[in-house]
Amino acid sequence: MANTAHVHAAAPAGETRRDFLLYATTGVAAVGGAMMVWPLIHSMNPAADTLSLSTTEFSVAGIPEGSRIIVVWRGSPVFVAHRTAAEIEAARKVNVSELRDQEKDEVRVQKPEYLIVSGVCTHLGCIPLGVKATDPKGDFGGWFCPCHGSQYDTSGRIRLGPAPKNLAVPPYKFTGDTVLIG
Amino acid sequence: MSTEKTRLQRIFEWHEARLPLVSFVDHAVGTKYPAPKNLNYFWNFGFLAGFMLMTMIMTGLFLAMNYTANVNMAFDSVERIMRDVNFGWLIRYMHFNGASFFFIVVYIHVFRGLYYGSYKSPREVLWWIGVIIMIVMMATAFMGYVLPWGQMSFWGATVITNLFSVIPVVGKMITTLLWGGFSVDNPLLNRFFALHFLLPFVILGLVFLHIWALHIPGSNNPLGIDVAPGDKIPFHPYYTAKDAFGLGVFLLAYFTMVFWFPNALGDPVNYVKANPLVTPASIVPEWYLLPFYAMVRSIPNAVIGVAAMFGSLLVLFAVPWLDTSRIRSATFRPIYKILFWVLLANMVMLGWCGAQHPEGLPLVLSRIGTFWYFFHMFILLPVVGWIETPKPLPASINTPALKPAE
Amino acid sequence: MRKVLFGAVAALAFAAAPAVMGAEEEIHLPKQEWSFNGVLGKFDKQQVQRGFQVYKEVCSACHSVQYLAFRNLQDLGYSEAQVKTLAATYEVQDGPDENGDMFKRKAKASDHIPKPFANDQAARAANGGSLPPDLSLMTKAREGGPDYVYNLLLGYEENPPAGVTLMPGMNYNKYFPGHQIAMAKQIQDGLLEFADGSPNDAAHIAKDVTAFLHWVAEPKLEARHDTGVRVILYTLLFTILAYIAKRQIWSRIEH
Repeated sequence: MANTAHVHAAAPAGETRRDFLLYATTGVAAVGGAMMVWPLIHSMNPAADTLSLSTTEFSVAGIPEGSRIIVVWRGSPVFVAHRTAAEIEAARKVNVSELRDQEKDEVRVQKPEYLIVSGVCTHLGCIPLGVKATDPKGDFGGWFCPCHGSQYDTSGRIRLGPAPKNLAVPPYKFTGDTVLIG
Repeated sequence: MSTEKTRLQRIFEWHEARLPLVSFVDHAVGTKYPAPKNLNYFWNFGFLAGFMLMTMIMTGLFLAMNYTANVNMAFDSVERIMRDVNFGWLIRYMHFNGASFFFIVVYIHVFRGLYYGSYKSPREVLWWIGVIIMIVMMATAFMGYVLPWGQMSFWGATVITNLFSVIPVVGKMITTLLWGGFSVDNPLLNRFFALHFLLPFVILGLVFLHIWALHIPGSNNPLGIDVAPGDKIPFHPYYTAKDAFGLGVFLLAYFTMVFWFPNALGDPVNYVKANPLVTPASIVPEWYLLPFYAMVRSIPNAVIGVAAMFGSLLVLFAVPWLDTSRIRSATFRPIYKILFWVLLANMVMLGWCGAQHPEGLPLVLSRIGTFWYFFHMFILLPVVGWIETPKPLPASINTPALKPAE
Repeated sequence: MRKVLFGAVAALAFAAAPAVMGAEEEIHLPKQEWSFNGVLGKFDKQQVQRGFQVYKEVCSACHSVQYLAFRNLQDLGYSEAQVKTLAATYEVQDGPDENGDMFKRKAKASDHIPKPFANDQAARAANGGSLPPDLSLMTKAREGGPDYVYNLLLGYEENPPAGVTLMPGMNYNKYFPGHQIAMAKQIQDGLLEFADGSPNDAAHIAKDVTAFLHWVAEPKLEARHDTGVRVILYTLLFTILAYIAKRQIWSRIEH
């Protein structure tokens, strides 16, 4: 204490009680402050309107065999490919044990002719090329990411380049030709 | 006890030797700041003002993350904050009511300074910085009120920016510059948002200067006399403990408004989106600007009215010299004490007038009030200082005055 | 309550009705009991549901509630499936499609309840030049709040008092500022049958729809009250502790 001129000699028992009081008060204040921080931080999480927009509905009826489209789900692209028989076969004959992220094509599709995968490269979030007919599709006939050269096959699995994971499969369900993502 | 220093202590001392942060805080508001031991609860309001500044900056930051400064989207973005953003309603109501409570605290702080003569030598610069802070606060609050882009936001902005147009020669240029166009519109909303974000940090900087200027002479006290070093106690733990209790009481009032009467201090019309073609039935500023609004409307000549409004604030800079008494505390100044309460009542009356239509009784009262304000500042303050016989001052804050102070 | 008069569905023709009365007079609003008032006030969900029915069947012909989304109705106790089904009965404009055309589709839970008119001009054209205001914030945007809205709905007089000449297309209302309101009296005894069989006299209908409008204006009211009680109790604990601690610390010195 800087200034002890006016301090009474306090009994040791009083000292302990006072210490407890100070700790209790400081503790309650600190916890209160921390509780006030949570609403501020939580306000940065997705808001109710953002969360409610988390489904996307579209129809695969208009996609010709062999072509691909992009639909937007939660603000990011989802690739939808109407695969040819050759593309399906190419995806299925791969030896899964040689892959970086080992997944069979069968578990990545609900209907073999329609591949629905996230259009976000698992490396650093770029959008791989391969939707337009004129796009480069890489050595494996799937998608090619222009940022760092990751190459995906016709099942959207990573085959070459820096990306660690296959293109993610979003949750979706078919009702006839209509697909509901999310 | 061992004199051996722990590793942690040595790291701490190494750092303090290079940047004495802890020592700085300790000298500012800690054990190394000796404060008079007789400060009453009115001395809590400086701390509370600092607390509200931080509350406003924190809630404002997170509001800004969700707000859109565009005339077509501002109102909707505020409603989205109220409805969809997690705890958005809480953050906005805290910010909105926080402005009022910030002003309550600062106004009490200012009137405490006026009552106890805290503006007198050697604290004139401390007082000046305080006046600047209050003026910048008013500007910040006004611009913040524009942001939701409700009817009162829009028309308040229109009326207040038009005030500048009466300034001779440059008036029209100033309003055009403020508007960035030919009326209150998107450019104004954008720049007000930018300024509303910036100015709180200017205030924060001014608060540092304010505290610095406070530490040169040290705190004034209810008796207004110089305090012997032996009659001072360390700020921490004595005044930190007292401030903590005061904060609790203050928060109870603040939270009661936020959680049960969140819109009581606001104007319902501001829940109607701005409409440049329809003026609301009456345009009134928020309560904390009402006394000054009453002054500007009390004078028929627009130029003099605006001059009176700004002058009422600027005159505060001269108060340390207009008050000719060398006695600080009103406790020992029987006439000044009465004048102080009359001035306070006068401000409250002006505030009431500011909320009424400027006609009939309110107009008469606001003229009397405006006159009295300047009469108090320019005539009564110096004259009373000369003619008043103060009560005898105590020799120290420990000894009672010859006659017991009431 | 004056039995003679029965009011109109919430609508206060803000921009439309010119205030003819020169001098302002104090209008006394009889205060009502509301479940959402008080320290722990909550919405009566059944009542608000009934109010929504009134809005849907009566008010929505002219008035929008632009900040209300179908998903919000789940807070009233409707299930997700009920909300989706309800939403699907509305059509909203979406687009453009791949041909660049705008198209109509069934509304989703995330959509806001469609407005009755495409824009303000269309709304004015259909209402004799008066704009039926959006009702999302009505109970917060008028002096008197829910009490005002309730009384206004019931405050119509068929014959204006002597000396008052109504402008063409205007109606006399005791509680409307200036007393001349573009909206005609809407709420009558037996105007509709409530799904839950509740009383459907004009006073009950007005009360229910006002409760609904207050829920639309202040949907976080219950969370606010609940959080408030917790925060106040905690702050009280802190204040008491701080007071005792302050007394302890200050007991060390003479002062």
